[in-house]
Amino acid sequence: MAVKNFVRTRLVKLGDKTWSGFLGIKNAFSSVGDVSLFIISTIRETFSRHFEFREFAYQCYKIGYKSLLLITITGAIMGLVLTIQSRPIMIDFGAVSLLPGMVSVSLIREMGPVITALICAGKIGSGIGAELGSMRVTEQIDAMEVSSTNPMRFLVVTRVLAATLMIPLLVLYADIFGIVGSWAGANIKGDVSFSLFFSQAFSVIAFIDFIPAVIKTFFFGFVIGMVGCYKGYRAGRGTESVGIAANSAVVVASLLVFVVDMIAVQITDMIG
Amino acid sequence: MIDEKSIADSQSNPVIEIKNLNKSFGELKVLQDCNLNLNKEENLVVLGKSGSGKSVLIKLIIGLLQANAGSINVLGEDVTKMKQDELGEIRKKMGFLFQSGALYDSMSVRQNLEFPLRRTGKKMSEKEMDDKILEVLENVGLADILDKMPSELSGGMRKRLALARTIVVDPLIMLYDEPTTGLDPTTSDGISSLILKIQEKYKTSSIIITHDIACARKVANRLVMLQDGKVYKEGMLEDFENSNDEIIQSFFNSI
Repeated sequence: MAVKNFVRTRLVKLGDKTWSGFLGIKNAFSSVGDVSLFIISTIRETFSRHFEFREFAYQCYKIGYKSLLLITITGAIMGLVLTIQSRPIMIDFGAVSLLPGMVSVSLIREMGPVITALICAGKIGSGIGAELGSMRVTEQIDAMEVSSTNPMRFLVVTRVLAATLMIPLLVLYADIFGIVGSWAGANIKGDVSFSLFFSQAFSVIAFIDFIPAVIKTFFFGFVIGMVGCYKGYRAGRGTESVGIAANSAVVVASLLVFVVDMIAVQITDMIG
Repeated sequence: MIDEKSIADSQSNPVIEIKNLNKSFGELKVLQDCNLNLNKEENLVVLGKSGSGKSVLIKLIIGLLQANAGSINVLGEDVTKMKQDELGEIRKKMGFLFQSGALYDSMSVRQNLEFPLRRTGKKMSEKEMDDKILEVLENVGLADILDKMPSELSGGMRKRLALARTIVVDPLIMLYDEPTTGLDPTTSDGISSLILKIQEKYKTSSIIITHDIACARKVANRLVMLQDGKVYKEGMLEDFENSNDEIIQSFFNSI
């Protein structure tokens, strides 16, 4: 009898675990489906007749112009720190003249795009997530819907497009200030003219360094905009969900930036 | 107030006709076989306890929620079978006042009113738009606040502004979700008067969801009480006040 009860209890537990496993898989599939539908709907609305140009321009201003100070500071510090850290080793190897080239290649190919994208995931992704999440909680998205406005078109398409177009520009801007920061770093203990530093920095950059790095930043922008919008748009009804939306927008967007970067590096490596 | 004869005349041609409406959230059945009509130029007050399905009912009417079964005919078209763009068209004929107001808090008062106006599909010059905005603001008793932000307004003013945003597109049907909740008695009375004024001026047909008996007494041409997701009683205000039903009595006496 005791053995029978033991077996029955074990079987019930096994059944429960299997069932919760199935539910987990079902939820995962339904989340993937929901994200896919959200992306498809965004792309479809992007090409609809009634494009919200005014809101798109405002979002470009918010995402691009309003991030300039932050990107200037981080870009300059990025170049400065990279130079200060690398200079002693380059001197040891007798290759200090290669320092501008090394810094510019690492900034343009990898550090500039990834670090700028991560900064943008923090600033822009969380901002979009919190804004849309708060609009969801206070029924502003429902209010748009009942006033015959497609909120996907007005809120999501404009933000995703603005992020996709502005983040590459911010990356280029960060690269420039990174090289300026690098020149400042090189002048802390050395003496190199601005024109010489720049000509050395750009002499080593080839087309293959530049184009893939720019292309991947469009994907970074798309991912940051899309994740922020999805998390905010699908926020729950309580105020807590606004915080959750903002937080998960940053975490997921940052993670996806690395994933996109990894894929981009693999593709570049295969082509190159 | 509309007299009983005119109500009887309009009943042959309801603007909203709800038949066997069902809505569940998971295991929770919110509406079960709900049947309801809204007649032309009538103020229909829907009463009921919290959780009786009142707000869900009007969100189903405007298509913010999807029904599980049943039909909702609005101006002769079944909302439950409509696609998103068709819903957009029918929504241009309806106004919805949210319980919270749902004002766009990043936009000024003017932008809040311009937003629906620019999306009606009607061609309007900037001058016509400004005139319309000023007209509706005056109608709700809010002048000289055009450039203020919603956060600078009091609760009553925010509700009036939300009402102005709803009527700015000249809807045929108005849906009010708890219009007086969270307001002091004087402001509530002002909002109730405004509901009457809007009906008279714009000839709207309205469903007013409320548990504010004072508001119901003031604005109702007809009342419906929801209980456990079903229409429990339907009639005129006197029918409710003279009813010996325990649930109705307890509802009227408790508020």
